[in-house]
Parts: sequence; C-alpha cells; structure tokens
Amino acid sequence: MASALPLNPTRSASGALGHVPGTWEQAFLLSRYQFRDYLRSRRFILMMIIVAAIAAILSFVLAYYHSSAAVQALTSSSDAFYGTFWAGGVTVVIIFAGIIFGGDAIAGEFQNRTGYFLMGLPIRRTTVYAGKFLAATAASLVAVLAYLLVLLVNGAVYLGSGFLPASLFESFAIALLYLLALMGAVFLFSSMFKNSLYAVLVVAVLFLFGFTIIEDLIVGLVKIEPWFIITYAQQVISYPFLASLPAHMTTVTSRGPRGATITTTSYAPTYLEGLVIMAGYFVLTAAAGLFFFEREEFT
Amino acid sequence: MSPSIESVDLTKRFGTFAAVDHLNLKVNGAKCVGFLGPNGAGKTTTLKMFTDLLFPNEGEAFINGVSVQKDRKLALSVCGDLIETPEIYPSLTPLEALEMSGSLRGMRPEEIRSRSSIVLEEVKMSEWATQKVGRFSKGMKQRVNIAASLLSDPEVVILDEPSTGLDPRGMAEVRNIVRGLKKENRLIFMSSHILSEVVDVCDEVALIDHGKLLFYDTLANVEGRLTRSATSVEVSFSRPVSDEALAQAASIPGVSAISRSGPQRARVMISGGADGQAQVLERLAAAHLGLMSFEPSQSALEELYLQEISRGD
Repeated sequence: MASALPLNPTRSASGALGHVPGTWEQAFLLSRYQFRDYLRSRRFILMMIIVAAIAAILSFVLAYYHSSAAVQALTSSSDAFYGTFWAGGVTVVIIFAGIIFGGDAIAGEFQNRTGYFLMGLPIRRTTVYAGKFLAATAASLVAVLAYLLVLLVNGAVYLGSGFLPASLFESFAIALLYLLALMGAVFLFSSMFKNSLYAVLVVAVLFLFGFTIIEDLIVGLVKIEPWFIITYAQQVISYPFLASLPAHMTTVTSRGPRGATITTTSYAPTYLEGLVIMAGYFVLTAAAGLFFFEREEFT
Repeated sequence: MSPSIESVDLTKRFGTFAAVDHLNLKVNGAKCVGFLGPNGAGKTTTLKMFTDLLFPNEGEAFINGVSVQKDRKLALSVCGDLIETPEIYPSLTPLEALEMSGSLRGMRPEEIRSRSSIVLEEVKMSEWATQKVGRFSKGMKQRVNIAASLLSDPEVVILDEPSTGLDPRGMAEVRNIVRGLKKENRLIFMSSHILSEVVDVCDEVALIDHGKLLFYDTLANVEGRLTRSATSVEVSFSRPVSDEALAQAASIPGVSAISRSGPQRARVMISGGADGQAQVLERLAAAHLGLMSFEPSQSALEELYLQEISRGD
C-alpha cells in the first residue's frame, strides 16, 4: 500500500501521523462532528417541528384572541408576556430537546455500535463524554433559540419597542443553567443504560410528569420542602419577570368536612436555592454519568 | 523501537466463565501475525482489551510498551484498529468520518486529505467518498472502517476478523490490503478463524482456545510442530475411479488408507512423510489410472489447528 505522503508529515515520536490533541481540544473537535450529525438528523427536524408547532399555536392564540381581556393583560407588559410564554414554555422545549438530543447520546454508542468507531481512537472516555455533552447541549440550545426567536417576533408585534427587556436576558441565563442540569440528568440515565429506549423513556417519564408527581407527594404527604427535585427549582426561570418573589413557604388553613381544620403548605424555591439546585444537579448528575460511562464495557 | 504488543497475564471473566485466561503473548517487530482460534476462543475479547473496549479482571495489555489500561490515549496513538464491525455516524460521509478520525488523532488538514484519498482508494471506496454512510451496506461500511484504521499510517494495526461481512471478492481484496500493509516497522495483529486467510497473509500465527494460548510460532515452523502418523492427500483422476482402481491404489506401499471423495476423486492417507508421498505419487502415476492432480487435503496449519484444538477439547 502506498503510505508515503507528498508532504512533510507530522509524525509523533511513536511513528503514527499526528500529535494527539489535548483532552479539551479533542472534546471540542468531537462536539463539532457530533453537532453536525445532530443538525443533519431526523431528530433535529422532529425537534424543530415541535418548536414550530408550539410557535404556531402561540402565534395563532395571540392573534385570534388579541381583543380578549386575558390576552390584553398578557400583552400589556413585557414581564407579563415573557413571564407567561417564555418561562412557561421554555422548560417544555428544554425537556423535549434534552430527551431528543441527549437521551441516547451515550446509550446509543453501545446500542448502535458507533462507540466501536470512536473508542478505537486515542481518546479518553472523559473526552468522549464531554464532547457529546457539548454537542447535545448546543443542539438543544438551537431549539431554545428558535423558540425564543418566535417569542421575540410575537413580542415585537404586541409589545412594540419594549419587546426586549433585561429580565428576559436574566431568565435566559437561568434557562441555560436549567438546560445544563437537565442534560446532566439525561446523560446520567443514558450512561446507566446500554439501551437508548430505556434511557429516553426514563428521562421522558421523570421530566414530563414523574418529578412533578413526586414533588406533590413529598409536599402533600411528607410535608417537607422538595429542594432535591429539579422541576421544583425550574420555577426560578420565571422570577426575573415577577414584581416580587413568592413566599418561600405558604401555609393555608381551611375548614374541611365536619369542621375539621386542614392545613396545606406549599413551597417556592428562593432565587439562590433554585440556582444552587440546578447547578448541583448539573455537577452531580454529569459526574455520576461519567462515572458509569468510564466503567461501561463494549461487550 | 520496533512495534510491539504484549499481554501479561491478561484475564477476562464473564461471571465464572473465563473468556481469556492468563494470556501471555509478546509480539515484537514488523510482521503480520494471525490470531487464530475457533468461535468463542477469546480472540475478540483479547483484542477488545488491547483497545480498552473491555477491562481485564487481571493482567495488562501493552502497545509499544505502554499499558492500554493505564494510558489508553498514549497507547492507542500508534495504533489503528478495527474491532468487530463498528458503525459510523450515519449522516457523515466517508470523507467526514476520516476527517473526524484524523483530527481527533491530531493530523493536519492536508495530511487528512492526502491520506483519506490514499486509504479510500485502497479500500475501493473513492467513488462513495461523499455519500452518507447511513446508506451503505455492511461490506461498504467495513471498507470505510478499514480505511479509518489505516488513516494515520499507524505502526501497529489490530484487526478483528476484517473480512467479516464482505463478499468473496471483498474478502480477497481485504487480504490484498493486509498484504500491502506489510512494511518496514509495522506490526499487524489480525484475528481470524479463516485458516486460508492467515496462511495467505501472515508470517506468524498465535493459536488461542478456551482463552489460553496454545502456541505462537512462525508459519514456517508450523510444519515441524505437527506430529503426523499419516498425511491426507486429495487425488483427482481424468476418468471415474472404479473399485478395482481404488484397490490397486490401496495396494501401493505407503498408502495406509484410501476412500472415494467424488466420482473422479479419492482421499489417500500416506505414511512415511515427504519421501513416502513422493514414492506413492510415482507409483500412482505409473499405474495408469488417469492421475491428474495430487495435493495435500489440509495445510500444515489446518492440521496443527485441528490437532491442537482437539487436544484442548
């Protein structure tokens, strides 16, 4: 086989071509190719269809019911508008994006056997994990930005010159932290299972309704603050749009049947608490996912 | 430093089953070594530990003296490998897959372009270079995988049954590629259960069964390892062989047994080594039975393989 190169080859001391880049450089390189793969995939089209569907419904409702009092109230200020449509919708977009782009990110390497191609290269597992994490987060960010763009267009129509408030930037930053936290959790489940379907199912069930049910049960039955539930923390995405933050703990006493007194306590995370929970989820779940991936074998 | 791979007490257990059992093997120098064994012998498991896809329970694997288990990045930097049939991200083209592989190895863009063109030409995939891999057949993907393993012109090439999934023409082409890979300062370690493939392209052979190394030797020395009582020879005639003709052949001194293997073919067991074979051939030719060809029915490697494997059973 002709192996000589018509140029000055960069042979390493060991003899093969190339000097293997550092861990982070490799991670960024890998994320670039993985991101390209996402952009060309059917899943990306699916995600864009979901965003487009949300955008179409939103735009239709705003246009059709524009004269109603409820819509008038929502479009009376940027905080009301974005507090409802951005803070209320972006978490759904992030959850869908996390499931679609991250659900099989690691499990798929085993199930689809792409890992045999990748792991035969001189690359650490940590690098592969980081590269795939970056790519899945970037692809999800594209979906979030698409959703934001739809809102900004609608905002420009209904809010006029005040369609870009500072509070939106603040909320966007928190949403990014939530995206990282969710992606960390998604990668954890994806690393735990070698089957993409299991990983996607667990993530979908937990984030779409599982965590919310658990949160309600904890508050209702155990009567403690559910500070360890990620969906509890996601409320802080709406805080930049509120004139005053909600009380951390609210206790309501009411009369039940036969004159019994019923005391109901509800919780809302403090600003800092919400951010810490998200950051904690990101760090702990991403690290735990890496722990599992480092130990998973290609049998 | 000459390229080398080494396993030291390499052991992999799945539950109580030892797929690889304290394997000690050192291969050193520029050569092609066939890693032979029946299905389930532990070949792929061994190669997966050499590429860090599986983690050994005991022992270590070294490439050019670097422990794969301690520093996979450094160890694999000199190595091109192909384990089983990897899948490439389906939306990538062969050129993009090679670009990804090359850039992760730290090759310069112009090196990647130049080498990609060479290796894709070598595996006869140049005309598909810009088509998406997702549309390829298994054989085409395997060719791209082979190209990727050769991209960095590595010193050590580890191939796990590289002709898997290929049609007969593809298998022959892979053999040609592997033969062409042999060059100064390159070690090729190739697992296979196709004996003719190993005989065709390899210089040395390591036989493994039940996770243990049975022998490691040059192909030239394999003949000497055989403990033969008789050699099996396939004989073909220009006309159908009658029972009388078979009886006549059986009476030739040195023929210990004879059986019909086709209308115009017979299998003859000959004792007496090479001299015995020569005498029997002369007498068969002189008997005017219409002798057309006379060839060993098994290669020395095949005989030794069966001998060693059956001893293990």
